[in-house]
Amino acid sequence: MAQVSSISNEQSPTAKSITLKILRYNPKHDESSQFMEFDVQYEKWTTVLDVILDVKKYFDHSVAVRYSCRQATCGSCGMIINGKPKLACFTKISELNSNVVTVEPMKNFPVIRDLAVKFEKLFDSHQKIKPYLIRDDTELVSDEKEFLQTPKEVEQYIQFANCIKCGLCNSACPTMATDSSFVGPQALAQAYRYVADSRDKGKDSRLKMIDDSHGIWRCHFAGSCSQVCPKGVDPAMGIQLLRGYMLGFSS
Amino acid sequence: MRESTIMKIHYGTALAAVALVAVHILMRLTQGFAESLEYESVLANYKFIPYAIMLELILILLAVHGFNGLRVILIELKQGRIYEKAVSYGCLAAMIGLIAYGSRTIIMTNMGLV
Repeated sequence: MAQVSSISNEQSPTAKSITLKILRYNPKHDESSQFMEFDVQYEKWTTVLDVILDVKKYFDHSVAVRYSCRQATCGSCGMIINGKPKLACFTKISELNSNVVTVEPMKNFPVIRDLAVKFEKLFDSHQKIKPYLIRDDTELVSDEKEFLQTPKEVEQYIQFANCIKCGLCNSACPTMATDSSFVGPQALAQAYRYVADSRDKGKDSRLKMIDDSHGIWRCHFAGSCSQVCPKGVDPAMGIQLLRGYMLGFSS
Repeated sequence: MRESTIMKIHYGTALAAVALVAVHILMRLTQGFAESLEYESVLANYKFIPYAIMLELILILLAVHGFNGLRVILIELKQGRIYEKAVSYGCLAAMIGLIAYGSRTIIMTNMGLV
């Protein structure tokens, strides 16, 4: 059941229009997913999230979408936009160079409804790799200074600390498409972030955790995860560097 | 066995197989290709012990590497505890079977049974 709707009143002189196709699916009621089409207007600064919210406001409030900060910080609005995993709040319509914009829920995640997906597995995998500094002496005693690091030591991991857990890397990963038990590029990159941190002492336990039949060795270095990351993190590189630790090239 | 140990074996067997197969191909080039595949020529190769050992090593390396590769592909296609155990032990059994069958040919030739 496709639906075509448009906003006819209050058109700005600089506004252009596109067709927004939203993949609708409610696992509780629907047997299969289907696209609904909406004619929407946009300015050069309008993001995909803005037009989805326009659709909710003017046409169909039942469209399910998760969002929060609108500034690529919270990692809530990841979705497939014109076939590629992107953050809806960080993707301008004008950048897509297309009269038709298609939005779908992220792949490799169970759908809650429409564009909202379940993040439980991503967060479980993230939690499993112990995403915090492990030390015996975490309680500072008097006359002790904070853990100092040289700029070179910070460089080892700092880009991986930019991860916002949006799940776009897991959505783009071809291994995750077939291996539902694969730990995923997000968790592996975070494992590297802490293993490479000179303050951390939990390397052995983390490496042990990712060294199983659905762990780090199932990455085939397709590099899709790094291509789609909105924060410039390079999970594929992190995974290869982590393999260096596993194979004994790094210590 | 830990997955990292298995994968070290996987990479090691790949590198060693490339080196030994290169030697094997160079040895084949010492005579005409069609001639090297003749029955008598193959038997002579099996009876030349250093070369037979190298062929045996190639067989082991390729069997270990190939069947582990197959195991990896199969466990990525489908998941489940029983399925994964069946795949792992099935690949191990097939690998041992292939090595035993290839070794049997070399041993029988050297014992004069062929």
